[in-house]
Amino acid sequence: MRTLLELDRVEARYGPVQALHGVSLTVGEGEVVAVLGANGAGKTTTLRAISGTVSRSGTIELEGKPLPRSPEAVARARIAHVPEGRGTFVDLTVEENLRLGAYVRRDREVKADLARVATYFPWLAERRRQRAGTLSGGEQQMLALARALMGRPRLLLLDEPSLGLAPLVVRELFRVVRELNEQEGLAVLVVEQDARAALSVSSRAYVLEVGRVALAGTSAELRGNESVRRSYLGY
Amino acid sequence: MLAAAFADFMQQVVSGLASGGIYALLALALVIIHRSTGVINFAQGEMATLSTYIAWTLWANHGWNYWLAFPATLALSFAGGVATHRIVIRPVERGSVLRIVIVTIGLLIAINGFVIWQWSGEPHQLRSPFPSDVLDVGGVAVSVQDLGTIAVALGIVVLLWLLFQFTKVGLALRAVAVNPEEARLVGVRVSWMLALGWGFAAMLGAVAGMLTAPSVGLDPNLMQALLIYAFAAAVLGGINSPVGAVVGGLALGVILNLLSYLSQYRFFDWFSEELRLPAALLVILVVLLVRPGGLFGHAEVKRV
Amino acid sequence: MSPRVTRAVGGLAFAALVVAVAVLPAFVNDFKAQQYAYVAIYLIALLGLNILTGYTGQISLGHGAFMAIGGYTTAILMAGNEQFGGPLGGGLKDVWTLPFAALVAGLFGFAFGLPALRLSGLYLALATFAFAVAMPSAVKRFEEWTGGGSGINLFGTPELTGSLTNVELFGWELTFNDWLYYLTWTVALLAFAVAWLILRGRTGRAFRAVRDSEIAAVSSGVSLARYKTLAFGISAAYAGVAGGLFAIANTFVNPDTFPIALSIFLLVGVVVGGLGALSGLVVGAIVIQFLPLWAQGEDLGALLPDRIIAETQKPGGPAIVYGVVLVLVMFVIPNGVSGLFRRAGQLLARARMRRT
Repeated sequence: MRTLLELDRVEARYGPVQALHGVSLTVGEGEVVAVLGANGAGKTTTLRAISGTVSRSGTIELEGKPLPRSPEAVARARIAHVPEGRGTFVDLTVEENLRLGAYVRRDREVKADLARVATYFPWLAERRRQRAGTLSGGEQQMLALARALMGRPRLLLLDEPSLGLAPLVVRELFRVVRELNEQEGLAVLVVEQDARAALSVSSRAYVLEVGRVALAGTSAELRGNESVRRSYLGY
Repeated sequence: MLAAAFADFMQQVVSGLASGGIYALLALALVIIHRSTGVINFAQGEMATLSTYIAWTLWANHGWNYWLAFPATLALSFAGGVATHRIVIRPVERGSVLRIVIVTIGLLIAINGFVIWQWSGEPHQLRSPFPSDVLDVGGVAVSVQDLGTIAVALGIVVLLWLLFQFTKVGLALRAVAVNPEEARLVGVRVSWMLALGWGFAAMLGAVAGMLTAPSVGLDPNLMQALLIYAFAAAVLGGINSPVGAVVGGLALGVILNLLSYLSQYRFFDWFSEELRLPAALLVILVVLLVRPGGLFGHAEVKRV
Repeated sequence: MSPRVTRAVGGLAFAALVVAVAVLPAFVNDFKAQQYAYVAIYLIALLGLNILTGYTGQISLGHGAFMAIGGYTTAILMAGNEQFGGPLGGGLKDVWTLPFAALVAGLFGFAFGLPALRLSGLYLALATFAFAVAMPSAVKRFEEWTGGGSGINLFGTPELTGSLTNVELFGWELTFNDWLYYLTWTVALLAFAVAWLILRGRTGRAFRAVRDSEIAAVSSGVSLARYKTLAFGISAAYAGVAGGLFAIANTFVNPDTFPIALSIFLLVGVVVGGLGALSGLVVGAIVIQFLPLWAQGEDLGALLPDRIIAETQKPGGPAIVYGVVLVLVMFVIPNGVSGLFRRAGQLLARARMRRT
């Protein structure tokens, strides 16, 4: 499997506070990789470093070429970042949110894609004209995912998708992620506190502690790992 | 007798809509800028004055055909608005509110000074885009000027609405106003969108100036009173609501004109022409203090 | 530098300032003395505005209106009845009108501050702006109180010290301008002392808490409503005193004495000078009085090359310079001149620490 994204000793800071102390990880084409860790471990910051919403040093390469640093350019490189808290445009309609997902595309198939995306989220079609802010938390998360899809991304950055959602909804969400990965060959880098849910779809995972990679391995290995089980899986 | 009174009344309504249309344009400019960049552009009026002077100088001093000068001025104003945002506003956009206020005030002072410096303070005359005929519509005397002004104002508002609702750029502009961070993530070049907003706003101001100058004369203070009316309209309608700006502007124009009209009757005889401006100021104060969100907006009230 | 040394230096600097102020008129001509008197007037207004904007973070583009209230109070109390048979006024000596100017303006400020609680940032700026623009019209409207468009003339009235003859003070004979100078600076000194007392105590701490974080302040039990409106009232009172002195200095008041430009210049002064420290406010007051003159090539402005001065002396030129300088200052020293001094002090302290 070819490497799609590679981070090499990436550091990032928020003003005087350093959040990442050298994170190295890879995501292969079509792979689902999870990033686990406690609050404040630097998981979200890692995604932000990739999408360019926080300033970073160190190397990030997409298919062997350096990744640009501005969020707009990263979006144009077909990396879709679904941030913490969904990030839906609450005052705009569902359809407008979806169209914005395709902002960087210049082809004529956007309209067709609206239909295609609706196959993964059937309820979207009926709610096209509904104001996004009136959707439930779970629906907004699905909308954010659908919006990311509209950009025909190669890599999806998912930040804590389960936050604030009921377990049933979380299960459905990750089912869709797995389906997207299998049907579209979409690579996914998912950051999660819900380790069990994340490990159920990922093939590999990293565990971050205090801005560094503490553990890495296949999901099966990590699921069997004693300390992971105790700290993140609860048994 | 009643017919005559009604004709008078309608006349006032029509001319109220005309002046209200101009308020609406400038108010819309203020709202666009505030919605996207969070800045109240105290210099909006002076920028419009500058644009109007440019139109005048192209037409009067350089012999351009008026119908060439008009769009040229719009284009120049658009460029000027974009440039103002990129050069002057962007560096301080994220800073303290106070800093932004002082910067726009500095712009106000400098632009006003420039207009006087370049063209002197003497009044000039800019021709109107419309003929000065008066039509008879069902017994009501309506000036073509007023009709034309209403048509232009509403026409521009509709065009802008179409742009915002149905184009990709318009969608991006609206997205930036709602959630700029998110817009960056989907690939929108946010700061250029903001600059575009300033460009549109400058263009709106230019139109407002070119519609106003023919009747009141062109001098450096052209837009000062108008800016106050525009603030009143924007605040009345809701300072983040484009619909509010238009409705507020038209309503303000009509109400002020009606008050003038009614002042011939005893109940309203305290109202005089010179009270128009204070009335607008009162509107600003009352709305801000009673319902800061205006008619169509949600107030950013901090409840602590 | 240890806090004790800093305080000693500050105290010495202050003492030096007081001495300098006291002897200045002996070295400058009469006209200059008047200009420096205006600096003192602006300083008083800025002391008040600083409390409002620097300490509770509320922006006002309307303090010229509070000055107007104070100025008209003074004028009415001095010469009202005689001039236009108004319902109030006449006969009070200039200095004694000042407490009333403070009181009336302060009450208006308090009254404004109450509804203004729901406004923040730009909205408050807009509301105060509207207030200031409306003030001249309001003044014209209430003719019976204010003398309408023609205003109130103080020159030549017996209540105005020195308007008829030179002033006799402690055996010295002072011209009107000299007397004005000492009056304004004495009041400024008193105003500063009062501000210093207010700010170092509990009230000052509460103000600072409000500025730094309203949410934190409330959870510490600081009543936002009380302190924000108090700040409005106090700052308006200061503006009122400044306005009264302004009326005395101008020797008249009319609706055009307190235009919106005054409110704008006051805010400019407090921001360019720098919020917080007294040194900044003095700089701010100097900027208000002298920058328009410098922009025309006078005084310090004479340092500019001749070609530039020729251009800036054309009408509109000084305004361009003023506006551009304003924008540049906001780019380069957003915390004002006193912020610059503070930064320089910090850098010095850090350099000294590195050496030891």
